[in-house]
Amino acid sequence: MDILSLARFQYAATTIFHFFFVPLSIGMVLIVSIMETMYVVKKNEIYKKMAQFWGKFFLINFAIGVVTGILQEFQFGMNWSEYSRFMGDVFGAPLAIEALLAFFMESTFIGIWLFGWDRLSKGAHLACIWLVTLGTSLSALWILTANSFMQHPVGFHIHNGRAEMNDFFALLTNPQLWVEFPHTIFGSFATGAFVVAGISAIALLTKKYVSFYVKSFKIAIIIGLFSSVLIALFGHAQAQYLVQTQPMKMAASEGLWKDSGSPAAWTVFANIDTKNHKNSAEIKIPYLLDVLSYDKLSGNVKGIDTLQKEYVQKYGKGNYIPPVVATFWSFRIMTIMGAVLCLLGIIGIFLAWKKKLLDSKWFLRIMVAAIAVPFIGSTTGWLMTEIGRQPWTVFGYMQTAASVSPNVSAGELLFSIIAFITMYAILAVVMVYLFVRTYKEGPSLDNKATVQSNDPFDGEGYHIVTE
Amino acid sequence: MLLNELWFLLIAVLFIGFFFLEGYDFGVGMATRFVARNETERRMLINTIGPFWDANEVWMITAGGAMFAAFPDWYATLFSGFYVPLVVLLLLLIARGTAFEYRAKVEHPKWSGTWDWAIFIASLLCPFLWGVVFSTLVYGLPIDKNMNMHATFTSIVNPYSVLGGLLITLLCLYHGLVFICLRTTDELRERARAFAKKVFWVLAVAALAFVAVTYFVTDLFAKRGAFLFPIYTLDVIILILSALFLAKKRDGWAFGMNAGVILLTISSLFIGLFPRLMISNIKPAFDLTVYNSASGSYSLTVMTIVAVTLLPFVLGYSIWSYYVFRKRVSKKEHLEY
Repeated sequence: MDILSLARFQYAATTIFHFFFVPLSIGMVLIVSIMETMYVVKKNEIYKKMAQFWGKFFLINFAIGVVTGILQEFQFGMNWSEYSRFMGDVFGAPLAIEALLAFFMESTFIGIWLFGWDRLSKGAHLACIWLVTLGTSLSALWILTANSFMQHPVGFHIHNGRAEMNDFFALLTNPQLWVEFPHTIFGSFATGAFVVAGISAIALLTKKYVSFYVKSFKIAIIIGLFSSVLIALFGHAQAQYLVQTQPMKMAASEGLWKDSGSPAAWTVFANIDTKNHKNSAEIKIPYLLDVLSYDKLSGNVKGIDTLQKEYVQKYGKGNYIPPVVATFWSFRIMTIMGAVLCLLGIIGIFLAWKKKLLDSKWFLRIMVAAIAVPFIGSTTGWLMTEIGRQPWTVFGYMQTAASVSPNVSAGELLFSIIAFITMYAILAVVMVYLFVRTYKEGPSLDNKATVQSNDPFDGEGYHIVTE
Repeated sequence: MLLNELWFLLIAVLFIGFFFLEGYDFGVGMATRFVARNETERRMLINTIGPFWDANEVWMITAGGAMFAAFPDWYATLFSGFYVPLVVLLLLLIARGTAFEYRAKVEHPKWSGTWDWAIFIASLLCPFLWGVVFSTLVYGLPIDKNMNMHATFTSIVNPYSVLGGLLITLLCLYHGLVFICLRTTDELRERARAFAKKVFWVLAVAALAFVAVTYFVTDLFAKRGAFLFPIYTLDVIILILSALFLAKKRDGWAFGMNAGVILLTISSLFIGLFPRLMISNIKPAFDLTVYNSASGSYSLTVMTIVAVTLLPFVLGYSIWSYYVFRKRVSKKEHLEY
C-alpha cells in the first residue's frame, strides 16, 4: 500500500476507535451529573450510590477516551504535515482553544471529583461533575468547529500560499457547526443513555437490585428518547444544509447518478454499479427525497454526473466522486440506527410509565442488544461525513492526497499502525472486562448503608468500611 | 512581529509548566520501583499524584495545540520529523494513563503488578524521549528547503541527545522525590529524602556534563552566551540550595527551588534557540524561525486574546485543586488508585 492509503487507514482506524469512547463519556457524565444533582436535591442516598456506580463506568471509559485523544491531536502533525502547514493558521486555533478551555477543565475537575468525595461539601462536589460535563461538551464544540471548517470552510482567505484566518467569529457561527454540533452532542447523550439503560436491562432481567436499576433505567430512557428525537431533527437540518454546501456528498449518499428530476424519490435500497454509473434493483419511496432535502413535495436533486461536470469546471480536471457505495450504505445504516433509538425510547418510556418494565422481558432483551445501536450509528455517521467529503480534506480548497506527510515512510506507517492497533485491541478487551466486572460487583447497596445514613458521622467512616 | 515572539514565549511557558508539573509525576512514577518497598507503599506513592497527573499532561497537549495554532510549520516539521519517537511516546502515555485508572480496579497482584510496571517504564522513558527531542532541537536536524525533516536514527539518537535525555529523566526523578517528601509521612518520606540525596549527585554531574557538551557541540553559547552563563550559574546555585533545603527537611522550599531549576533549564534551551524554532544542519537558511513558521497576525491576535482570558481561570482552579488535596497521603487514608 502507498503512504496515502496507509495514513488514511491509520487515521480512520484510530479515530473510529477514539469515537467509541468520546460519545459514551459525554453522555455518561451528563447522566452521572443528573444523578448526583438528584442526590443533593432529594437527599436520598440511593442517588449517591447511583452517581458512584455509574461514575465507575464513566471513569473506566473516560480514561481510554483521554489517552487515545492525545494521538488525535498529534496525528495531524505526524501524518498530515502538509495539511497542517496549509490549514494550521485556521485549523490550529480551535484545537488549541479546546485544550486550554476544555481539557484543563475536565481533567482538573475529574481529579477533584474522583478523589474529593470526602473532602468537599456536597454542593462543591456536585459543581465539579457539572464542570466535567461542561468541559466534555465544550471539547466537542471546539473540535467540531474544526471539523465544520473542513466541511464548509469559512472565515479565511488564501494568503502567502496558505489559508489564513480573517474572521474568527465566522468559524464560530459557521452554519455547518450549528447543525453538526447539536447532532453530535445529542448523539453522545443518547449513547450514554442507551448504555446505562442497556446495562440496567441486564440487571432487570435477573431481578437484581430492582429499584436501583428501575430508577437508573428511567433517568436514562428519558434522556435517551429526548436526545434521539433531537438527533433526528438536527440530522434532517444537516441533510438540508448538505444539499446546499456539499451536493456531491448528498448525491453520493443517495446513490443518485443522474439528476432526480422533480419530484424526487428516496432510495431505500439499491445495487450500485460504480463502473457504469447506474443502479439496479432500486426500491424507492416517492417524494421523500424532496421532503428530506427541501421540506417540499417537489424539486430536483442534482446527480453525481452533473456535479462532476460542474466541479471540473470549478476546480479543474480531476475525479470529484467520493466512494459512492460506502457513503450510500453508511448513511442508510446511520438513519436506521437513529430510528431504532427513537422507537426504543418511546416503548421504554411507555413501559416504565405503565410499570410493566419487569414483565416485558422481550423488551429488556432488545435493550441489552441495543447497547450497540448508538455506536453503530455514530460510526456510520462519521464514515458518511468523512468519506462523502472525499477527495477533499477541506472542501474545495485542499485534497487528501496533497495533505499527507511526505517525510514519513511506508515502513514507519506500518510500524505505527501495527503498534496502535495492538495497543487499542488490548485496551478494548481490558475495558470490556472491567465493564463486566463493575457490573457484577454491583452497586453495593448493603443494608448497612441505609442504617448508617442516619449516623451524623457517616461521611467519615463509611467510605473506608465498604471500599 | 511582536506577537510571534510572544507566542514563542507562551509555548516556552507551556513546556516549562509541563516539565514542572508532569515532571514530578514522572518522577513519582519512577520512584515506585526505587522508593516503595511493597504494594501498599507503591499505592500510596501513586495516590500522591492521583488527582493531578491528568491535568499535568494537559500542559503538554496544550503546548502541542499552541504550536499548531501559532507556528503551524514548527508543529508540522517537528511532529512528522520525530515520527517514530512520538509513536513510542504516545504508546507509553496511553499505557501510563490507563494504568493509573485501572491498577486498583481488580485486587490481584498480577493485575496491579502489570499496570505498575507500565507506570514505571512509561514514567522513565517519557521524560527521556522529551529530553532527546529537546536536545536534538538545539543540536540541529536534517531539515530541507521545504521544511521537511528527514531524520536518520543517529540524527535523533546520538551521544548528545542521550545525555540530554538522561538529564531530563534525572531531573524529573529528583523533582518527583522531593514531591514525595512533601506529600507523604514517616518512613516513606525519609526514604524518598535519602534517595533524593543520592540522585542529587548524579543529577549534578549530568547537568554539568550537559552544559559543558552543549558549549562545544551547539552554537547556543556563541549566540546567547551573555544570557546562558548567568542562567546556568544561577541554575547550579538553586539546585544546590534545593539539596540543602531537602537535607534540612524544608521540603516546600526544596520543591520551590526545583521550580526554579526547571524554569531555568528549559528556558536556557528556548533562549538558545530564539529566534529559531528548529535548526537545520543542512543550511542555516533552512532554519525554522518564529518569523518564517508563524501564523498570520490576525490568528495570533485572536489566540492571544483567548489565552490571556482563559489562563487566569486555568491557573486559578489548578491552584484550588492543590489546596483541596493539601493533606499528606498516609496509610489511614482511603486510596482511590
